Amino acid sequence: MTAHILTITTFLPLAGVIVLLGGGRNLSDQITKLIAFLTTVATFVASLVIVGRFDTAVSGFQMVEHAAWVKSIGLSYLLGIDGISLWMVLLTTFLMPLAVLASWRIEKDVRRYMLAMLILEISVVGSFVALDLLLFFIFFEALLVPMYLLIGGWGGERRVYAAVKFFLFTMAGSAFLLLAILFLYSKSGASGQATFDLRSLVSVAGGLSAGTARWLFMGFFVAFAVKVPLFPLHTWLADAHTEAPTAGSVLLAGVLLKVGAYGLIRFNLALFPEAAKYFATFVSVLAVIGIIYGAVCAIMQTDIKRLVAYSSVSHLGFVVLGIFAFTRQGMTGGVLQMVNHGLATGALFLLVGMVYDRTHTRQLGELGGLAGVTPWLAGAFLFAVFASVGLPGLNSFIGEFLVIVGTFSVSHWFGSLAAIAVILAAIYLLWSYQRLAYGPVHEEHRALPDVSVREVAILAPILGLILVFGVAPRLLTDKIQPTTNAVVARVHPAHAQDAAPVLPPAAAPAEGSAP
Amino acid sequence: MIKTPVFDVWTILPEVFLGGFAILGLLYEAFAPRSDRRVHLLLAISGTFASAAAAYALWTYSGPPTAMAGMVNVDRFSVFGRLLLVSIAAISLLLGTHYFSRDTKLYRGEFYPLVLFATMGMTLITAAADLIVVFLALEILSLSLYVLTGMTGRRGSNEAAMKYFLLGAFSSAVFLYGIAMAYGAVDSTSLAALAHGLSGQTGNQSIALLAVVLLLAGFSFKAALVPFHMWTPDVYQGAPTPVTGFMSAATKAAAFLALIRVFDVAFQPLTWNWVPLIWVIAAVTMVVGAVFAVAQSDIKRMLAYSSILNAGYILVGLTAANSVGIRAGMFYLVAYAATSVGAFGVVMLVSARGDELTSLDTYRGLARRSPFLAAIMTLFLLSLAGIPPAAGFIAKVEVFSAALHAGNWSLVLIGAITSVVAAFVYLRVVVLMYMEEPDGDGERDTAVWPRAVLAIPALGVLVLGVVPGVILKAIDAASVLRW
Repeated sequence: MTAHILTITTFLPLAGVIVLLGGGRNLSDQITKLIAFLTTVATFVASLVIVGRFDTAVSGFQMVEHAAWVKSIGLSYLLGIDGISLWMVLLTTFLMPLAVLASWRIEKDVRRYMLAMLILEISVVGSFVALDLLLFFIFFEALLVPMYLLIGGWGGERRVYAAVKFFLFTMAGSAFLLLAILFLYSKSGASGQATFDLRSLVSVAGGLSAGTARWLFMGFFVAFAVKVPLFPLHTWLADAHTEAPTAGSVLLAGVLLKVGAYGLIRFNLALFPEAAKYFATFVSVLAVIGIIYGAVCAIMQTDIKRLVAYSSVSHLGFVVLGIFAFTRQGMTGGVLQMVNHGLATGALFLLVGMVYDRTHTRQLGELGGLAGVTPWLAGAFLFAVFASVGLPGLNSFIGEFLVIVGTFSVSHWFGSLAAIAVILAAIYLLWSYQRLAYGPVHEEHRALPDVSVREVAILAPILGLILVFGVAPRLLTDKIQPTTNAVVARVHPAHAQDAAPVLPPAAAPAEGSAP
Repeated sequence: MIKTPVFDVWTILPEVFLGGFAILGLLYEAFAPRSDRRVHLLLAISGTFASAAAAYALWTYSGPPTAMAGMVNVDRFSVFGRLLLVSIAAISLLLGTHYFSRDTKLYRGEFYPLVLFATMGMTLITAAADLIVVFLALEILSLSLYVLTGMTGRRGSNEAAMKYFLLGAFSSAVFLYGIAMAYGAVDSTSLAALAHGLSGQTGNQSIALLAVVLLLAGFSFKAALVPFHMWTPDVYQGAPTPVTGFMSAATKAAAFLALIRVFDVAFQPLTWNWVPLIWVIAAVTMVVGAVFAVAQSDIKRMLAYSSILNAGYILVGLTAANSVGIRAGMFYLVAYAATSVGAFGVVMLVSARGDELTSLDTYRGLARRSPFLAAIMTLFLLSLAGIPPAAGFIAKVEVFSAALHAGNWSLVLIGAITSVVAAFVYLRVVVLMYMEEPDGDGERDTAVWPRAVLAIPALGVLVLGVVPGVILKAIDAASVLRW
């Protein structure tokens, strides 16, 4: 049974899809939601089995499943997991039940909504575990459609514009990705059966001339940079996040953006290490611009959801900066930051959604004084804000710290600039919290209810994890490090010589403690 | 050497069945006191089944590659073509029957024999081993299609038929001229003789090149390749929708299969000369198809430009000029056929009874009015856009990788970019269906059985997208041209 745990985890939501399709319109909305919720919970449980079976002694892929799919074109069903994708899968399966719970108040076309959510989960988890390039691409493309429908069907006022923009940006990027994949594929045919197997393509890519490798690098890079999103390809993100329904924003920020960053590590660095080094400065500059630019834009926003969206641009810039420093700290920090950003920003979007549900506005100017009216909600909001700012003791701190340290050792400039952005983050997040929670209460907001049981059930796990990973980041890094070390050793062997541990030994408590 | 005449008419038994049942249908129409569409349907469907069975029986044939005194080829390539075309015809016949049952004023019993005759021309063209047979088959299918286009007698329909006929006649003349040139080059119209003559340098190369250009122009017209595509949007829009579906899927398949055979057999020695030519046509076709599709406000015109665009993609695969490219093109034809027949079927059901409501606005809020139609239309549009898990994705991967393998990466780049443009076009329809509210509750077609018929291509698109292996193996075997 557990031999196929990756397949089971990936396709478990399909069971829910089948039930929902089979049930047709006979299912009441409540039952539909319940089925979706139970399916996602079951998927989360299945993914816990993966963690249990994960062997930290292995830096390569584990639990590999391999079956020929379309023999004549060399497409295979090849799944595997390593220290990076492990947490990406977990993040997805963890956020998914919360996103379903957060959608409990959806009333329009509930069945179709939940179908889109479940199909989204399949394709996202699939893209994290696929090791066959074409299989990855299939999942990568497939995840567009449900997300597109979620934004366009259940979003805000400008939802159609946002959905189409999201789709076209990503589609344009992935056209180049497909081209690059097919190019590699045709090269692999030189010696026998052409293949999309990542493991064999690594050696194929190694045999390419530097110029070709750089072009292919760019083909992959554009697709993932759109997804991350990296400046200047980020413009779809603010619209998509703002217009998407709460669950859509949570999953976009929490999971979909990570597919881009994950792709950079998994494919760009693995296939084209030389080209990656060649473009490292270029990418780092874009990342730093994104960090600062995202933060500045966030400061200027009056729409709280848009503000959080721009903060994502900034935070994801950290991730890419860390990855492209090619140091062990930077790489580990980048991956850690991917998980942390998913939790912290996911929580923020959930909370923004809860505020919106009550006040029906996202304009900071029309909010205020919520700390007095709904103290628990405001408290939770503050907690998520602190996490996102990078307060020591909460999860984001270690990630950002490692990224900055890892980058600093390579370039003082990039490290310093990134550090400045941490201050900017404090400005926009704390300032927005101030406008939201303090000051005079608006008349019509006086009688707002505080958090309901359902909302506690949504917030408790995510805020709890923020605290846990803040105090004990080793829970994550122990499994991440073997893989990131291997990646660094491959891309930049000189940096891998450094024997110092990425984090201090286990006994030492993590920096700071909970406030 | 004089061949002893042999009785090998069974090698064209599929065509015999199609023609035979068509004649039965005509006789019935002529002598029955009252034409009943059910009798017609029964006859025509029996014809397609008999033809399919006869074609399938030829799959295991292992005799000489040509039959009927060197006029037709007997190979798996032609069996593949026949099975594909006959399936398209069968689905179109069923959809057409529903179309007539909605509005009996439009009913013409000749629809059924004409579809069979057109199919006969199409299947024959895929097996033709001689340019004269190619021409005959081309005329059989063209003449039937002209009549089918104008059959309902509505103004748009008549205009489309006239346009199609005039331009089609012109292209036939060009094609015939090409045959004359080919004959001038090697003193024969047989594909095998052309191949021998041209490879042995005995033929006149420059006249042969002229033949290549003229024949390509003729095929381009049928396959709707730029710059011979002008008729496509008007004819697709004007023709009765089931005919449009049939035409878009089957004519394209037949034209491409014939093009593959003529160019990869007869003009194989001139590969280096014609590949640049189709390279350019492919590039222009993709760009024009994608760009013009954006500007359309009528779903049939939009699908017409999409059909032009897809013809360009198939041509991209053929620039490889090898069996990989042929295989890719064949798979694409199957995927496109299922998609196109299905999409036009949905268009037929969505346009309200009688008049053809085909403006894109009709699709506003379709997901609410008819969730099933909206769902399968989405599937077909995803397939056209080349998004997994629909068949169009694997098809695009196949043609692109074939062309890349042959080193035509810049053409593939154009293909990738145009597919993004096209995605926007298809997306617009999905937006209308799912994200807008219906305007009013126009009269709807709620018939169940045409929906059941449409489930066949929908299932096909899904199966070909998820487990393309089921058919790729057969296509692999069929992609070897015998001559």
